[in-house]
Amino acid sequence: MSKSVDQIFITAKQWLLGLLSWLTGAPGWVTQVVSILINIFALLTVFLTLFALMSVLERKILGRIQNRYGPNRVGPFGLLQPVADGIKMLIKEDIVPARADKIVHFLAPILIAAAAILALAVIPYGRNMTPFTIDGGILFFFAVGSTTELAVFMAGWGSNNKFSMLGAMRAIAQMISYELPLIITVLPVVMVVGSLTPDRIVAAQAEYTYGLVPRWFVFTPWGAAAFILFFVSGLVESNRTPFDVPEGESEIVAGHMTEYSGFKYATFFMAEYIGMFAITGLAVTLFLGGWHSPARALEFIPSYVWFFAKLSVLLFVYIWLRGTLPRTRVDQIMNFAWKFILPMSFSCVIAAAVWHYAGRGLRGWLWSFFVIAIVYTVLSMLLDTQRKFAPRVYRFAE
Amino acid sequence: MSSVAFVIIAILTLAAALAAATLQKLMHAALSFAATLVGVAALFFLLGAEFVGLVLIFIYIGAVAVLIVFTILLTRRDVEKERGANWSGALLAIGVFGGLMWAILKTQSVASVAPNIRSISVKRIGETLMTSYVWPLQCVGLLLTAALIGALVLVMEEKR
Repeated sequence: MSKSVDQIFITAKQWLLGLLSWLTGAPGWVTQVVSILINIFALLTVFLTLFALMSVLERKILGRIQNRYGPNRVGPFGLLQPVADGIKMLIKEDIVPARADKIVHFLAPILIAAAAILALAVIPYGRNMTPFTIDGGILFFFAVGSTTELAVFMAGWGSNNKFSMLGAMRAIAQMISYELPLIITVLPVVMVVGSLTPDRIVAAQAEYTYGLVPRWFVFTPWGAAAFILFFVSGLVESNRTPFDVPEGESEIVAGHMTEYSGFKYATFFMAEYIGMFAITGLAVTLFLGGWHSPARALEFIPSYVWFFAKLSVLLFVYIWLRGTLPRTRVDQIMNFAWKFILPMSFSCVIAAAVWHYAGRGLRGWLWSFFVIAIVYTVLSMLLDTQRKFAPRVYRFAE
Repeated sequence: MSSVAFVIIAILTLAAALAAATLQKLMHAALSFAATLVGVAALFFLLGAEFVGLVLIFIYIGAVAVLIVFTILLTRRDVEKERGANWSGALLAIGVFGGLMWAILKTQSVASVAPNIRSISVKRIGETLMTSYVWPLQCVGLLLTAALIGALVLVMEEKR
């Protein structure tokens, strides 16, 4: 029973394809194309719905954090707010600046949304539920993600506006800096599993130690450190608070999105959220055991439910951080990346190797914890500037 | 199926390359160049060399194209003006093209049937790199580290 519920979407797809070939007698490659189209359709439906839900939940949770109600007028509990927002965005005038580079200005939102959606394709959402299986899935994720930088640049340069350009410059600077730790923190997982395929990485986290603690990589010292570093880097990559200097509204209006209005702005907004889903989805796949359940007794709950439950928890942390932390400065972000996050990521690689060669048991656990702790202590001693917080002195204002 | 895909990808790649060579605005040319690289990566995908295609996108779109675009932005101040055809460049391009065509047509492998090569997995590439070619790999790593440190030294602020 639970097995059939778990595979219900796979069965439905097989049935649809069987019906198609029985009805039309279509050749094999048509069925193949239709199968791919079904995958794309399912992916877009699920994540656009999640985007709509997330946009309203984020506003409601932020409202709770800031001691106010949030949207509560459209529909029950304000749940129809995204529909109203969508209609508003669609019927707004599409303004293109007269001095803008029309083609580049037009292509930028398309490219950024395409890159974000493509990155979703390689994540396993459940048992046998990877939309696009490829040998180097992790590499595909980062290859596609790296084109986002060019799209952001196109948006900033094509708008012919100094706020847009400044925002694009800031975005690219921090995205390039944090892409390095993002990839290096993935390395220990790839090393330990010995594969770049997301399905194999999820399969490696299937068992339970003593039948109790799941063997997710987040429960090893190197995995825990790498997960936190990956999460912070992912926060920067998706330009979320506290790292949202590229679109800091108090300084540069809206960064590279300043000259976009109506549906193009909505596309940027959507790409940002989809990118956030993709990076948290990858974090779940790499460190939190993918679609595996946290206990053997809970395995009757379908695998995709577990995946989306873990995804929701991480997304809630994103919102929580946005409601809690103020925006950092550009130089703080850069210093943090190069002086702390990068050496810590390298230490994760070494700790994973130590864990592997000490036998992957308790001994390996303690040794790798030792490596991480040493590096962390040395780094915090070296980076301590001994600076005390003094009363602020205003040089140009009273 | 795959020959149709090849023709489509080849036409798009050549069109993007032509645009990169002929467009008036330098920035448009740079972006078309990035599109050309995507086309080349797609050809690698078609051949089953997924790793090479992905690395091509990763390095050339994610890093080199961004670098080119930044270089243009930081160095050029003058407004693009109408220029005549670049005859010496065209001559050089035709010369290179002719040389390559001559070399390709002279080889025997074009006429013979393509051998059936198995697509190499990422794991296999990694093993080969870390066993047979470990010294070249280390040398490249050393060179790149030296380049990184050199770049840092160049842009470092003078301490007063």
